[in-house]
Amino acid sequence: MQSNVRIVERFRRLRSAAPFWSLRYHEETHESFAIRQDVVEPPRLSIDRGAMLTAVTDGGYGYCATSDLSQAGLQAALDRATAWAEATRGRSVVRFDPRRMPAPQGSYRSAVVRENPDRQAIHDLLAAECKAANVGPRIVERYAALELIDEERVYLTNAGGELVQRFRFTLPHMRVTANRGVETQSRSLELAQQGGFELVERAGLVGSGERLAEQALQLLLAPNCPTGKRDLLLMPDQMMLQVHESIGHPLELDRILGDERNYAGTSFVRPEMLGSYRYGSELLNVTYDPTLAGELATYAFDDEGARAEKVFLIKDGILLAPLGGPAVANSRASGWNRPPIHRMANLNVEPGAGTLEDMIGSIGRGVLMRTNVSWSIDDSRNKFQFGCEWGELIEDGRRTAVVKNPSYRGVSATFWRSLRRVGDASTFEVHGTLYCGKGEPNQAIHCGHAAPACVFSDVDVFGGDA
Amino acid sequence: MKDQFFYIADALAASLHAGETLLASFHGERSDFVRFNHAKVRQAGSVEQRYVTLRLVRSRRQASASVAVAGDGFNELKQTLLRLRDALASLPEDPWLLINETPQSGASERRGRIAPAQEIVDVVTGKAAALDLVGFYAGGTICRGFANSLGQRNWHEVDSFNFDWSLYREADRAVKTGYAGFEWDDTQFAAKLETAKEQLSLLNGPRRGIEPGEYRAYLAPRAMEDLVGLLSWGGFSARSRATKQSPLLRMQEGERLSEKVSIAESTAEGVAPGFQCDGFVKPAGISLIAAGTLDEALVSPRSAKEYGLATNAAGAGEMPESLDMAAGELPASEALAGLDRGLYVSNLWYLNFSDRPAGRITGMTRFATFWVEGGRVLAPVSPMRFDDSIYRMLGGNLLALTREREFLLDPSTYDERSTASARLPGALLRGLRFTL
Repeated sequence: MQSNVRIVERFRRLRSAAPFWSLRYHEETHESFAIRQDVVEPPRLSIDRGAMLTAVTDGGYGYCATSDLSQAGLQAALDRATAWAEATRGRSVVRFDPRRMPAPQGSYRSAVVRENPDRQAIHDLLAAECKAANVGPRIVERYAALELIDEERVYLTNAGGELVQRFRFTLPHMRVTANRGVETQSRSLELAQQGGFELVERAGLVGSGERLAEQALQLLLAPNCPTGKRDLLLMPDQMMLQVHESIGHPLELDRILGDERNYAGTSFVRPEMLGSYRYGSELLNVTYDPTLAGELATYAFDDEGARAEKVFLIKDGILLAPLGGPAVANSRASGWNRPPIHRMANLNVEPGAGTLEDMIGSIGRGVLMRTNVSWSIDDSRNKFQFGCEWGELIEDGRRTAVVKNPSYRGVSATFWRSLRRVGDASTFEVHGTLYCGKGEPNQAIHCGHAAPACVFSDVDVFGGDA
Repeated sequence: MKDQFFYIADALAASLHAGETLLASFHGERSDFVRFNHAKVRQAGSVEQRYVTLRLVRSRRQASASVAVAGDGFNELKQTLLRLRDALASLPEDPWLLINETPQSGASERRGRIAPAQEIVDVVTGKAAALDLVGFYAGGTICRGFANSLGQRNWHEVDSFNFDWSLYREADRAVKTGYAGFEWDDTQFAAKLETAKEQLSLLNGPRRGIEPGEYRAYLAPRAMEDLVGLLSWGGFSARSRATKQSPLLRMQEGERLSEKVSIAESTAEGVAPGFQCDGFVKPAGISLIAAGTLDEALVSPRSAKEYGLATNAAGAGEMPESLDMAAGELPASEALAGLDRGLYVSNLWYLNFSDRPAGRITGMTRFATFWVEGGRVLAPVSPMRFDDSIYRMLGGNLLALTREREFLLDPSTYDERSTASARLPGALLRGLRFTL
C-alpha cells in the first residue's frame, strides 16, 4: 500500500534538533445522508486533513498540529514541537526516551465487500424506511440516516518508520419516536462497524422503519419495568455500553495513573490489583482484540506505531492487564489535531456456552434489556446506572411482557462477579460506540465492543416515573 | 485570519452562477495546550486549525461541505464549490430552508494578554511543586466568521485562556477549580492556588458514610452548571418541544418549577459569537424559563420553517451557549447556615436522564462534597449517586438561590475550544434523593 507520496517526500526533508521526531497525517472524508419526516436533510460533506508533528528529547515531549501541509508549514510545526520538547525537558511526569520510540513498517485496509451506491439510491432507501415508520398519529418523529467515512492515517518517523492504514466506516441509523400525552418512547437501530455497504444489510435497516415504529407504540402502552432485585439478561447492544463503561474505562492505564483525574476521572483499579484481582465470575473473559474483522477499532498499529495484537485483559474472571503499556497497542488520537492517549479500541467479552433460549430458560424472575438510552457512572467507574429503550419480563423461563424505561444500577467492583451465564457464539454480536469522550484537550473517538448476551444475578432494576 | 476569510468569500462569491447564493462559515484557532499531572507536564503542544464550511443554495435546494484549509485554501474551496454545485442537481427542494437575506454585518474583537504557554508551565510547575495538581491549560486566539454572497460579513475573535485544574489530597479527595479569562496574571493564579489549598484542608479527616436516602443539600454554582446544562439537551429546543422529546415535556403540559427559577440565553452577557451559520444575528437575550414557567424556545431557522415559528437565531442544535440563571436572595456566605444539616455539593458529574419525559435525572457527586451539621462542615463524603426529578429539585424542594452568581467559561475542547459560558447561582434544596 502506498503512503501519501507528497507527505512522505516532505517529511524526509524535515529537520529537527530532537533525536526523535514523527509525523502523523490524518485525512477523513465524511458524508452524511438523512431523511427526517420524509424530507431530505441537506447532505453534508466534510474533508478534514492535517498533520501532527511530534518531537521527543531525553525527558521532553512536544507536539504541534497544523493543516498547513506545505514544506514550510510542516517544518514550522516541527520546530514548534521541538521547542515544546525542550521546554518540558526535566518537567515531565513521564520519562520520555527517544531511543525507545518504535520504527514500525506496515499497512492495514478495512475489508469492503460492497461499494456504496449513488446518492439517489441512498436517499431512496432511507426515504422508504422513513415513510414506512409513519404508522399512525402517535408517531412524532422519524429519522433515517447513513454516514460514510473514509479515513487514511499515515505515521512516519525519522528512524524510518512508515505506516499507512485506510479505514472505511458505513454507519446506518434509524430512530422512531412515539408520544401520548406526557409519555414519549423511542426505538432506534444503529450498527457501527468497519466495512462497506454490506453493513446496511447486516444492520437490518431495510424493514426497520415499520418495526421500530410498532415497538415504540408498544412501549407507550407497556407498564414500567418493575422495581427490585432480579436476574438481568443484557443483549449485546447493551453489553456494549456495560463493557465500555465498567471494564474499559477502569482499565485505561492513564486513568489508573491519574492523568485523567481532572476531567474523565480516575479508576477503582490500582496497579497492584493486576494479576490477582477477581474482576468478575470465572465466566468472564475479556480481550483487547484489534484483529476481529469489521470491528470498529480494528487496526494493525496504533497511532504511535505499536503493533496491535489480541491480549487477554481478564481471564476466568482474574484481572491480568490494563489497557496500555507494552503489550496493548491502544495509543490513539481522534484526529490530526489531538495527541494520542490511552483508549480502549476494541474491547470484547469472549463467548461462553448456551444459546439465548438456554439463558432465558434458566431465569425464574428477570428482565431482558436491549439498546442503551441512558448512562451514568462515577469518576472512578464504580457506581453506575444505565437505562435501555426496550425491556421484557422473564418469568419461569419465558418472556412474558414488554416493559418500558428498563433501568438498572450497580457497582462495577461487584457487578461482574454476579455474571451467571455467558451466551455462546450464536448470541455474539459486534457493536461499537462512535463518540467516547476523554482527554485534555477533549477527544471523541470510536471504540468497538463485541459480546454475547449475558445473565447477571440479583441486580437492582427499576422503571420510570410515569 | 479575518482578512483571508473575507477575501476568499469575496472570491468565491464572484464565481457564482446566476441564482446561486453562497454562505460561508469560519472556525479557527491558534491554541497552546498543556496537560499537567502531579504538578508536572504530561503533554504539551500547539494546534492551529482553520475550517471553512460552504453552503450553496439554488432554487430552494442546498448542500454544504466543511473543509480544513491551510493558507487561504482558495483552490480547495473552489473545487468544493464545484462539488456542491453538482450535488444540488440531484437534490429535491428543501421545504425547511431558511437563510438570512437581509445582511447584518458586525464584528467583535477582544484582544487579551495571554502569557506564552512556556512561561505558564514555569509558573504552574513552580508554584504547585509541592502539591498534587492535575489539570489542563488551553490558551490562544479563537476566531469565528460568517460571510455570504449577499454582502454580509460577521467576525468574532477573542484572545482567551482557560486553566481548568484540581488539587488532590489522595484517591478521589480533591478540590476542583479553574482560572479563566483574557489576561493571565501570575498573582491571581497564586491566589486561586492558595484558596484551593485551604479548601483541600477541609478534606482531611475521616470520611462520613452516608446511607442512600433523602437529604437537604446545597448545590454550589459549578454543580448547578451540570444540572442546568443537562436540561440544555433538548429542554429549550423548539424541535424537541414539537416532537415531544424535551426533558421539560411536563412543563409543556402545564407543570411548573419554583417561581424562583428564571433561565435565559443571554448572548449579550456571554462570550459566544452573536451570529450563526444561516446568517441570522442573535438577540441580546431570550427568556427560556420565566418565574418557573416555560417561556420561549430556541428556534433555529430550520425549525422556524418546519413548525411555522419565528427564528431567534438559534444554531442547528438549539442549545444555549450563554446560559444565565437569575440570582436569588440568599447570601452565599449564609449557604452553610441555610443548609444547617445535609450535604454541601461543590460539583456534580456524569448526569443523564433516568426518565427523560418525566424530567428525572441521575448523576454523581464529585470532588469536594461535605456533610454539614449546625451549619458547619463536619466531614468529607464519598461520591454518591442521586436520582431525582427536576420538578422536585428546582420545584417544590428549592428553598433558595444565592444572591451571588459565578460566571463559568466552558473549558470544553471537543473539536475546538468552546465559547460557551454560564452564569449561575448556588441552590439550597429541602431534599435530594440519593440512591447509591
